[in-house]
Amino acid sequence: MKKVVKDAQEAIVGIESNMTLMLGGFGLCGIPEKCIEALSQKADISNLTCISNNAGVDDFGLGMLLKNRQIKKMISSYVGENAEFERQMLSGELEVELTPQGTLAEKCRAGGAGIPAFYTPAGYGTEIAEGKETRKYNGKDYILEESLVSDFSIVKAWKGDKKGNLVFKATARNFNPVMAMAGKITIAEVEHLVEPGELDPNEIHTPGIFVHRIFEGKNYEKRIEQRTISE
Amino acid sequence: MLDKHGIAKRIAQELEDGWYVNLGIGIPTLVANYIPNGIDVTLQSENGLLGMGPFPKDSEVDADLINAGKQTITTMPGSVFFDSSDSFAMIRAGKVQLTVLGAMEVDQSGDIANWKIPGKMVKGMGGAMDLVASAENIIVAMMHTNRAGESKLLKKCTLPLTGVNCVKKIITNLAALDVIDGKFILKERAPGISIDEIKDATEGELVIEGDIPEMKI
Repeated sequence: MKKVVKDAQEAIVGIESNMTLMLGGFGLCGIPEKCIEALSQKADISNLTCISNNAGVDDFGLGMLLKNRQIKKMISSYVGENAEFERQMLSGELEVELTPQGTLAEKCRAGGAGIPAFYTPAGYGTEIAEGKETRKYNGKDYILEESLVSDFSIVKAWKGDKKGNLVFKATARNFNPVMAMAGKITIAEVEHLVEPGELDPNEIHTPGIFVHRIFEGKNYEKRIEQRTISE
Repeated sequence: MLDKHGIAKRIAQELEDGWYVNLGIGIPTLVANYIPNGIDVTLQSENGLLGMGPFPKDSEVDADLINAGKQTITTMPGSVFFDSSDSFAMIRAGKVQLTVLGAMEVDQSGDIANWKIPGKMVKGMGGAMDLVASAENIIVAMMHTNRAGESKLLKKCTLPLTGVNCVKKIITNLAALDVIDGKFILKERAPGISIDEIKDATEGELVIEGDIPEMKI
């Protein structure tokens, strides 16, 4: 089966309104910026549920879809960098499910591993635990969290081959591998697309079985949120 | 009284050789500047790095290499990257020995609130709930009172909680305290601060037993 597609426009074919998407990245680091841009140009796709640790900034990343009002609901752990997000959330236009970061990562990993739910101590005794089953193991309290899967997972890798095997760079890895696992269809955009055999099998992070479509993106902007420098 | 650097210096005295440590945003980040000589600690950044180095030189900045505060950083010899589920696996399983984080409120039962002010500030908890639910040692670094002069060491937290029964040690601009059996135990005074000043600034139950020494910074 041919996994390689030409570009982001071709990669997102089949994404429709009301679907659930997972989008990799932490802040703006390692986000699938080409596919997000392509989605923002398809304003007829709306009412999306987006699972992503953050929501971009006002004019980049998922912030572009928020501005177009394409997102109905966000499942995230931290949304502090986006004024438009905060405005839509406080006004009730946008539904938001804030989820502890480790729980969010494990919801994706477990969803991609065929595990429907798991117990975690994160959030026990807080409003996150409201309505959730709790249980004590070895004297410690846990809450039951349900796993997540997506209609489409969209991830960004540094290198990938035509079989969909992926290698990530530095902290741009973050949520990308676990979200790749949890997609009914997973799209990978990569900076360097190579032939099978060019990646060392010892050094592949995400096996190509989790990836259904792959393309090489051009001219990555890779915007930096906090450019901190030492003298 | 301590400034935020003084608080960071005092917390750095708690570090033990060989520890893996997660430092939160704000005052906790400054602790990295005061790690004592001869103590080898590895800094964990929950977005996926063990062995966090200092900020890069201008020419070394890499958009793919940031910390949990989204600041550009560098690696150290022996650093390793991993994904978000591995990162919280090591946190949840207690492999990270110490978490240092800030707080809006802490109470005498060890509950902490630091992620939400209803109707005003809703930025999310990030990794804080996972960290406080699992770390063996949690040190809260904060000012003793808020901007209105009200105590942040309470009988009962009023803001939405981040975690329950988890805080064991608090270092503020006024004092070092332990949280044991539902009480704040005063351990040390900040330089130039009297016991009465600490009493006045602490709403929760404060235990003062024996001589309370002044911190050595």
